[in-house]
Amino acid sequence: MTEDDDLVSRVLARDQRAGARMITLIENDAPGAASRLAELFPHTGRAAVIGVTGPPGAGKSTLVEGMVRAWRDRGRTVGVLAVDPSSPFTGGAILGDRIRMASLTGDPGVYVRSMASRAHLGGLAEATPAAVRVLDAMGMDVIVVETVGVGQSEIAIAGTADCTVLVTMPGAGDGIQAMKAGVLEIGDVFVVNKADREGALRTRRELNAMLRMQDRTPRPVVLLTKADMGDGVEQVVRQVEEFLDTRRGSGQLQKRRLRHLEREALELIGAQARRRTLATLDQATIDELSEALWERRQDPATVAARALAALQWADNDC
Amino acid sequence: MANRIKVLLTKPTHDAHDRGARYLARKFRDAGFEVVFTNFLVAEEIIATALQEDVDVIGVSSSAGGHMPVFEELMSGLAAASVDDVLVIGGGIIPDVDARVLAGLGVPAVFGPGASAESAVEFIKEHVRQRSAV
Ligand SMILES: Nc1nc2c(ncn2[C@@H]2O[C@H](COP(=O)(O)OP(=O)(O)O)[C@@H](O)[C@H]2O)c(=O)[nH]1
Ligand SMILES: [Mg+2]
Repeated sequence: MTEDDDLVSRVLARDQRAGARMITLIENDAPGAASRLAELFPHTGRAAVIGVTGPPGAGKSTLVEGMVRAWRDRGRTVGVLAVDPSSPFTGGAILGDRIRMASLTGDPGVYVRSMASRAHLGGLAEATPAAVRVLDAMGMDVIVVETVGVGQSEIAIAGTADCTVLVTMPGAGDGIQAMKAGVLEIGDVFVVNKADREGALRTRRELNAMLRMQDRTPRPVVLLTKADMGDGVEQVVRQVEEFLDTRRGSGQLQKRRLRHLEREALELIGAQARRRTLATLDQATIDELSEALWERRQDPATVAARALAALQWADNDC
Repeated sequence: MANRIKVLLTKPTHDAHDRGARYLARKFRDAGFEVVFTNFLVAEEIIATALQEDVDVIGVSSSAGGHMPVFEELMSGLAAASVDDVLVIGGGIIPDVDARVLAGLGVPAVFGPGASAESAVEFIKEHVRQRSAV
């Protein structure tokens, strides 16, 4: 039997099973998860975190497998988090990304973990960055996070990466459409996969046209790949490394990371304030506040201020 | 967040008949399970995947025969790695005589074409092992 008491030290000793168990604790918001994460945090910040996102079926998992192999050829260890949506009705999920990453199983320098988004439970935003930190603390040189680019929360995850690769495919008029809706901004490297299919060049032209309208310097490049054949994958990896090298050299990467951490902390302030405020109020007070709204005596802002004041009183008591 | 039951559902790479396994994967999802769906060539891959994914249950599907050595290697490999908190079950076309041998190996249930998906769901809910949480 394994003992969990030394879970933190085992994670730091690069024990994959300890890391796997740690991620499970995080997913379940188990007691002890938060304190262990806090212990791991000073040991993180070394890994390069790459987000890979885009519409379902674009070839993300196939591309990720090729990218991981390219990094392995360079002697890097790689962690992969493949996030798929949970069913909003049952909370269940089918996690099928590993099917396209079969060649990675058995390589001791690679750790692949499938995660259900649990987005309906508000879980994604907290669990995935935490899981990234576990892999970071495990000493992974590169961490790839695959998410489906549909929901806002999935996009948010890709947005916490050091470099985000947006993947689409030809003919996916929707693919381009989806990217227009605020997604284009988060891409650092663009990939049109399934270049063997008709319309790939046109899709690239359309993407380039949209990127030109966004005056970003330097303007992100749009690469063509045939991920299932391995064609163009090496160029994607090279482009990602070049992006990271440039940003690291100029200090932009470090600033971006700080921004992400600050944003995460801010989001946690909001979530915790809400949780604690609601826990502080007794039923009579909640009823009274609700009545004030119902009778239109007090507006929501006033009610919120009163609820927060109650939290302050409770804090001063103890 | 509730603890969710996580299942590794896997079938041989060269097993073309994956309809049963895919059907079961959907039923498991509908029951609220998180299902990692994969193909395998050798038992070692099942073990490596189960450990990385930290699953509660391993379901191995077979419909083309040749499953007995796989189960034997799987169970001895899990024991060698001191994994004693993962439930292993079988599915697909596995004859009764094999199922009896499997029970002796520590595979308590086999769900064939005649079994309902619901019975598999119920069995898992009942027999999933308590895992050392903290
Ligand atoms: N024609 C073609 N098919 C591809 C290519 N890359 C991946 N595929 C196939 O596209 C399908 C979806 O791939 P997958 O990696 O699972 O996509 P994801 O949903 O974005 O992760 C699979 O059947 C792949 O084999 C490609 O370059 N060309
Ligand atoms: Mg995928």
